[in-house]
Amino acid sequence: MTPSSSERSPQATRYNTVAMVLHWLLALVILAMFGIGIYMTDLPFSPQRLKLYNWHKWAGVTFLALTLLRLVWRMTHRPPALPVAVTRTMPGWQHRAYHATHHLMYLLFFAVPLVGWAYSSAAGFPVVWFGQIPLPDLLPVNKEVAELIKPLHKLLALALMALAGLHIAAAIKHQWVDRDGLLSRMLPGR
Amino acid sequence: MNTRHLASALLAASLAAIALPAAAQQKLLPAQSSIAFEIKQMGVPVQGHFKKFDAQVNFAATKLTSSKVNFTVDIASTTLGAPEMDSELPKATWFNTAKFPQAQFTSSGFKALGGGKYEVTGKLAIKGQSRDVTVPLTMTQAGATTTASGVLPIKRLAFKIGEGDWADTSMVADDVQVKFKLALSGIPKLP
Repeated sequence: MTPSSSERSPQATRYNTVAMVLHWLLALVILAMFGIGIYMTDLPFSPQRLKLYNWHKWAGVTFLALTLLRLVWRMTHRPPALPVAVTRTMPGWQHRAYHATHHLMYLLFFAVPLVGWAYSSAAGFPVVWFGQIPLPDLLPVNKEVAELIKPLHKLLALALMALAGLHIAAAIKHQWVDRDGLLSRMLPGR
Repeated sequence: MNTRHLASALLAASLAAIALPAAAQQKLLPAQSSIAFEIKQMGVPVQGHFKKFDAQVNFAATKLTSSKVNFTVDIASTTLGAPEMDSELPKATWFNTAKFPQAQFTSSGFKALGGGKYEVTGKLAIKGQSRDVTVPLTMTQAGATTTASGVLPIKRLAFKIGEGDWADTSMVADDVQVKFKLALSGIPKLP
């Protein structure tokens, strides 16, 4: 079953290691942050609430930095093209949805943390990365602006979750309905 | 009335005229004064201020030994600019405002350091805890207004501000910078 090395061309069929690590790591970070974000806002004023808010902000800035790295990596290391076996059976709308989902997710990868950061700035709480590195304010302190931005952060995060759900649903469909092995592009090779 | 009596009566009257305003008319001008503080929450600077405070001042740069300041802050007027935090401050864990409505500073001595700088020693009482403090002070005069400003670093835990879970200084730092700017009227001319 093991193909010879001349038959295999991993570069062409799989994402490279850096892309895979960033994909799975950031997927975990997004899920954790979304969970913490939903949970912390309902907490009463307490050290626990304060801690989670700060962790959420630190993770958000880390996510933003890694996403920037990921995008630069993606632009300098082109991802593999979709396998011909997959594109042949994909209707046009699925192709468009595939591109739209990825573009929108990248857009939100930046928008969600940036809007959160802007909210924190406007609310008068500058972000201090890991409690050590003070980051510049994205907006001047203004409580009214802060109140306007707050629901936007949540709305965009929900939109990102919806897209991630779509992304996961598509991956599942390819893996267990179409059985075309598309998922293996994002999994370490045997 | 002979001249001697007249002279002493005049002297007494003029002394009173000089002495009285200096003693009675030194006043804090609240609208031009401010007391703010800064504390760090997990590295994040948070600013607050007191809206209501008052002082009885009797200060003369030439009579430092008899100079005196008694300063009170209305603790219920504390604000961090965020309603969800302001509603916590009066609670027993933080200021226990119901039991300790006022913070007070009472001076015990003034020391001139030159160049308009002074050191005021005294007792600072917050939340029933009294501590000796030395307040660095810079005084400037413009017209009839004298401005005394400075920064007093204090430790919040020395005054039991933030008890229980909130005593954790990794969450809320122990160090608090109290920044004040007090505008006063009726202070005799500084040297």
